[in-house]
Amino acid sequence: MDKHSLFTYDMLSTTIIWTVAGLLGCLFFWLLGDLMRQGIPHLSWEFISEPPANAGRSGGITSILVSTGLILLICMVVALPIGLGTAIFLSEYTAETHPLATFTGRSLDVLASVPSIVFGLFGNAFFCQLLGLGFSILSGGLTLACMVLPILVRTTEQGFRALPLEYRTSAAALGLSKRATLIHLLLPAAIPALVVGFILGLGRAIAETAALIFTSGYVSRMPTSLFDSGRTLSIHIYDLSMNVPGGDQAAYATALVLILCVLTLNSLAQWMAKHWTYTRRMNI
Amino acid sequence: MIWSNAITSSPAKGDRFLFHVLRSFAGIAGILVVGILTFLVSESLPAFQQIGITAFVTDPSWHPTEGTYNLLPMFIGTMYATIGAVTLATPLGILTALFCQYYAPQAIASGYRAFIELLAGIPSVVYGLWGLVVLVPLIADLRPPGPSLFAGILILTIMIFPTVTLVSLSALQQVPKEYIQGATALGCTRWSMIRQIILPNTWPGILTGVTLQTGRAIGETMAILMVCGNVVQYPSSLFDPIRTLTANIALEMAYATDTHRASLFLTGLFLLTIVIVVIMSTQQARSNQAYG
Repeated sequence: MDKHSLFTYDMLSTTIIWTVAGLLGCLFFWLLGDLMRQGIPHLSWEFISEPPANAGRSGGITSILVSTGLILLICMVVALPIGLGTAIFLSEYTAETHPLATFTGRSLDVLASVPSIVFGLFGNAFFCQLLGLGFSILSGGLTLACMVLPILVRTTEQGFRALPLEYRTSAAALGLSKRATLIHLLLPAAIPALVVGFILGLGRAIAETAALIFTSGYVSRMPTSLFDSGRTLSIHIYDLSMNVPGGDQAAYATALVLILCVLTLNSLAQWMAKHWTYTRRMNI
Repeated sequence: MIWSNAITSSPAKGDRFLFHVLRSFAGIAGILVVGILTFLVSESLPAFQQIGITAFVTDPSWHPTEGTYNLLPMFIGTMYATIGAVTLATPLGILTALFCQYYAPQAIASGYRAFIELLAGIPSVVYGLWGLVVLVPLIADLRPPGPSLFAGILILTIMIFPTVTLVSLSALQQVPKEYIQGATALGCTRWSMIRQIILPNTWPGILTGVTLQTGRAIGETMAILMVCGNVVQYPSSLFDPIRTLTANIALEMAYATDTHRASLFLTGLFLLTIVIVVIMSTQQARSNQAYG
């Protein structure tokens, strides 16, 4: 290839890449701009503090926020001990090549990529029907717990694996039992990783829709117990846009609230992963 | 730092107890996938027994209330939407990653990257909402009816593009500095350096990312459900409405009973199998690469 055409290709590719990046940037600014333009006028304190009225077209989203909160609470109360236990077992108590460790690792990899609608089917068959929980906040929360488990385990496990080996050897030299080393030394040092995993899991759970449609259900009333059906923010958006003519404005406003939650959680996790981990370890 | 004597001085018994607790937690996490598979199989068994596996491809149509269960049009719909989105998102994602890594000035690159990370976090139902309210009417102006395979492909592309970009970017960042310095010293133009040195070296990493996103596109439900029109048919053009396998489950699960319900679980089982195969193939590729 002669020199002239090489430079032509270079110029051409530069132009194409800048154009693509520019156009995509514009596309997404358009998307986010639309969300804000349509959603912000509808946002107000009343929107947060009032129950939905007229199928969600007017009124607010209080009961939906409460249901969302309860589902996330159930999800984390169940997923946290199992996730932490699994992470500790995988990193501290077993070799990576042990059959149970490889089996659990493989399962978690598969679990991480199971389509959310399949979690919904499983949740419906197992929690709603077999355990008889019906369409309830409890069923929804338990289904989400299965879903966030992989991210929780993997993040926490990496946190434990990142701790220096000297922690364990010095503790052993001092005659501490394995349990004492774990509770007094390793766990406090790995707390940041656990919190990051927790926040990432929350972010994944709050964004979920398909797994919840037929586990926690559609009901938009204020839940009175965990056995009531409850609708999350994401299901509210889906229902308003698909089944309620004239619900677009409220759907946009709810979408803004949801995005705000997700973004806060994600940036919190990023910030912690960057800063907190380091300072914690230095103080111990 | 150490609060109690008991915990340090009586190791064996407590240690063993804790070990068993932790092991059972890991066991629960491990058998969860097996549990999910078991439930899908047992719930879809009636479909195997009552109508047989061939009925799902040979029946004249999908009318569960009349006893016909042809899943093929929806499978084709899923495939078209997935293939379309992946072929669009892959080059766009790679070009954007190249932009961030080699073309944009530092300040623009880091801003653009933060922006892409923000987009990767937006829930799929929000993309679906935007597609339904903004994109579908635009397509309807272009060529009615509007909700269509085309809308589905565009929304899926918009959804998986940020992650393809981020994965490609992290692959690009792993290219050794010496390669770039060497290429620059030899007087390569920027594009020939990218085409002949950087892309061949980062291809496996990018491909893994793309495969994972393919799995995500196959399993995506909400956004597709909101923009595709959900008519069960073989699309004859890009602008025909389609229904995907996932959308079908979400739409009909609420009222399905007996064989109908079982066939929806069978669809779920099928989706799970595809995704597992996709995941396993990327892991296989990764381990081959490590030894190769």
